Amino acid sequence: MSRFRNAVLTAALLAVASLASAQASKYPGVGRDATPKEVAKWDIDVRPDFKGLPAGSGSVASGQDVWEAKCAHCHGVFGESNEVFSPLIGGTSAEDIKTGRVANLSRTDYPGRTTIMKVATVSTLWDYINRAMPWTNPKTLTPDEVYGVTAFLLNLANVVPENFTLSDKNIAEVQNRMPNRNGMQTQHAMWPGNEFGGAKKPDTDNKICMNDCKPEAKVASFLPDFARNAHGNLAEQNRLVGQQRGADTTKPEPKAGTPVSAVPAATAVAAKAENSEGKAAMALLNKHSCTACHGVDKKIVGPGFNEVAKKYAGKVDYLAGKIKAGGSGVWGPIPMPPQTLPSADAQKIAEWISKGASK
Amino acid sequence: MKEDNINSGRVQKAPENFLTQGGIKEVFAEGKKGRRDFIRHAFAAAAAGAAAPMAMAQGNPVPTEGGDPHILNLPEHATGLGQGVAVEGYGKPSKYEANLQRRQSPGLTQTTQASVSFAPLQSLFGIVTPSGLHFERHHQGWWDIDPSKHRFMINGMVQKNMVFTVDEIMRLPSVSRFHFIECGANTAVDWGNVAVPTVQYTHGMLSCSEFTGVPLITLLELAGADLKNGKFVLAEGGDGSAMTRTIPMSLITSGEVLVAYGQNGEMLRPENGYPLRLIVPGVQGVSWVKYLRRIEVGDKPYAAKDEAVHYIDLQPGGLHRQYTNIQEVKSVVTTPSGGQVLLDKGFYNITGLAWSGKGKIKRVDVSTDGGRNWRQARLETPVLSKALTRFNLNWIWDGKPAIIQSRAQDETGHVQPTYQQLRGVRGTRSIYHNNAIQSWLVQENGEVKNVQVS
Repeated sequence: MSRFRNAVLTAALLAVASLASAQASKYPGVGRDATPKEVAKWDIDVRPDFKGLPAGSGSVASGQDVWEAKCAHCHGVFGESNEVFSPLIGGTSAEDIKTGRVANLSRTDYPGRTTIMKVATVSTLWDYINRAMPWTNPKTLTPDEVYGVTAFLLNLANVVPENFTLSDKNIAEVQNRMPNRNGMQTQHAMWPGNEFGGAKKPDTDNKICMNDCKPEAKVASFLPDFARNAHGNLAEQNRLVGQQRGADTTKPEPKAGTPVSAVPAATAVAAKAENSEGKAAMALLNKHSCTACHGVDKKIVGPGFNEVAKKYAGKVDYLAGKIKAGGSGVWGPIPMPPQTLPSADAQKIAEWISKGASK
Repeated sequence: MKEDNINSGRVQKAPENFLTQGGIKEVFAEGKKGRRDFIRHAFAAAAAGAAAPMAMAQGNPVPTEGGDPHILNLPEHATGLGQGVAVEGYGKPSKYEANLQRRQSPGLTQTTQASVSFAPLQSLFGIVTPSGLHFERHHQGWWDIDPSKHRFMINGMVQKNMVFTVDEIMRLPSVSRFHFIECGANTAVDWGNVAVPTVQYTHGMLSCSEFTGVPLITLLELAGADLKNGKFVLAEGGDGSAMTRTIPMSLITSGEVLVAYGQNGEMLRPENGYPLRLIVPGVQGVSWVKYLRRIEVGDKPYAAKDEAVHYIDLQPGGLHRQYTNIQEVKSVVTTPSGGQVLLDKGFYNITGLAWSGKGKIKRVDVSTDGGRNWRQARLETPVLSKALTRFNLNWIWDGKPAIIQSRAQDETGHVQPTYQQLRGVRGTRSIYHNNAIQSWLVQENGEVKNVQVS
C-alpha cells in the first residue's frame, strides 16, 4: 500500500518537474517565446534617444520625389495644406532654430499650430512617418524613403539645407536644430506616478460653497442665432419620450409661452424612410476607401459625390469607367489614381452617383 | 422635503399641488412679471391654509369626451398576437429610439477615418454606455479583425520576448471592471467660448463600460519584465495607425491596466478595438490602444506622435505640457441640456454624470442660478472608482430663465473648476483636458442653450 502511494507521489512529482522545466510559469501552456524575426518585424518604434532607429539615409531631393508621389495630394506640395490634415510646415523662424522655442506659440493672435511648430523631437517625425504613412498604405515606405521624406520636411522648415542627406549618423545633430526642442514641459500633476517628478497638486483649487457664492451670473458666451441648425435638427437628436424633447432647429426659436408641440413618436418615426440604396453605396465607399478623398456632400481632396452627381447625372458607364481608370484636370490639380475594385462594385457606386448620390 | 424619500421621475407630485387653483394662476401671472417675492408669499400662504389637491397636468389633459383615447380605445397590441422569439437573433432598440445615434460634429474633421463620433449623452440613463453608442475616435479608420489571426507581443526589458494568441489571453485569470473612457480633447471646442449646441457635442467623447480582461501586470510578470528599471511602457496598435502611447508604470503595477477583450458582457466592438484593447483607467482615451498588438518595456518615455504633436497642452507662456494623462474631476448635467426643450413648468429630475480619473466621486452639487446657490445632488449607485457616476436632483421649474450647472468633487478632495479658474492657469488654447463647470441656460420658452457665464 505504502509502496503504491510512493509510486503515485513520485510520478506526480516527476510530472510537475517536467512541466516546470518546459515552462517556468504560473500559467503553463499560455504564451511562447517570440522569435527574433517576429520581434524585428513588429518592434519598429524609435525613441527620442534614437533607440530603435534603423541605419540608412535619404536626401532632401530623394524625399521630394517620394513626397510628390505619395504625400502631396493630402498635405500639399509644401506641407502647407489644411484641406485634409492640419498643416505640417510653417510658423517657425531662424531665431526659433537658435533658441529651440517657437516664438509664435506664445502669441494668442497666431492663427494655427503646424506640426513643426509643436514637435520637439525629430524621432517623432521619423517614427510616425515610418509606422503610419502614407495615409492609405501605412508601413510601405523603406527606411531610406522615410529618411528622405523627413529630410524634405525639415528642409521646408529651413532646419536643414537643400543639399542635405539625413542619416542615422547625423540625426542627433539635426535634433539640436529642431525649432521647438525646448518647448515641452513634463512638470505637472497629470501624469500618474513619479517618473517625471511632476507636481502633486492639481492646477485649480475650487472650494465648495453653497449659498451666495458669487454675484448674479450673466451669460458671457452663447451660440449665435445663425448657428441654430448648424448641427442638424436637434429635434431628431433627442429621445421622443421623456421629460424633454429636442428643439426643432429648422424653425426660428418660439416665443415664450408657445406650447411645445410634442410630436407623437409614431409620426416622427414614419417620417424617416430608409434609404437602403444609399446605405449599400456608403458601405462600398467605405470598403474601398473612397471616403478618404471624397465626401458625400463636401469636397475633401476630390469633389463631393453630390458635385459629381450634378455634373454627370445619368452617366453610369462614364462614371464606372472613371472610377477604374482615374483621371485628372476635371476637378482641380490633384489627380485621382486608378482604383482597383471589382467592376460590379464600381458599377453599383456609379449607379448611385448617377442617381444623385443621396445618403 | 426630504430628498431621500422622493422617488425621481415625472409622476412625483410637485409642491404646487398644495396651492389652490386660483393661487396657481396668480403665481404664474406674477411669476411671468418677474416678481419672485410674490411667489414666495403665495407659497407661504398656501402652506398656511390646507389646500385642495390640484394637478398641474398640462402635459396630460383629460379630453372633453371624458377619457384618453389611448386608454378608452384598446390598441392593436392589446387585442392581437405579437411577434415570436428570435425574430432578431441580435435584438435592436425600439424603432422609436432611432434618434439616439453617435454623430459627427460638422466641420470638425475633413475625413471620417481620422475623426470622432460623439455619444448621445442627452438620452442615456445610468452609467453604462450601450456598446453601439460608444463614442468613436479613429486615427486611421477601423477594422473588424479576425481574432484567430491576431497576436499580442511583449518585448523590451523582459527576460523573454513573448507572443500570445487571443485564445491564450482569454485562458488567463480575468477581471471585469466598470470604467469611463474620455478623450483628452472632450469639451475642447468650448475652451475659448461656446461653439456647439448640445451635450452630445460638448461632452460626448465620453463612455463607460464594464470591461473584461487580464491585468497587464500578469502578462508582464509572465515575461519576466524588469519592473524596477523598466519605468515606461509603450503600447502599440495593430492597425494602420499603429497607435503608440507611453503608459504610466504606476497604473500597471497597481493592477489597474487591463488587456481587455470583453465589453458589456460581449466582445469589444470592432470600432472599440476588437479583439484586444488596452484599458488605462482614469487616463485619456488615446492611451487605451485599440487592436493592441504589442507592449514594450523600456527605461525612457517614447514621445510618440500622439504625445509629441497631438495630445500636448499649450500653456499661456507658449510651452506645451507633455505626457498629460489624467482626466481630472468633471461632471455635466445631461437633462436639461443644450438643444432640449422642457415641455412645461413644474417638476423635473435634473440628471447628469460625474467622473474623475483619480478615483471615486465624493459629491456633486447642482446650481439652477448660474453658480450663486447650490444644492447637493443624490449620487446613484454604483459609485465606482474611475467610472461614471449618475447624479439626480429634484427641481421645480417656475418657467423663468435658469442657468443649470453641476460641480463634482472626487475622493482626493479636488473640486471641479470654473472656466475662470481653469483659464486662469491654462489659458484658452490648451485644447485638451477641459474639465470646467458646464452651464445650460433654460429659457422662458423652454429651450435650453449652451452658455458660459461671467
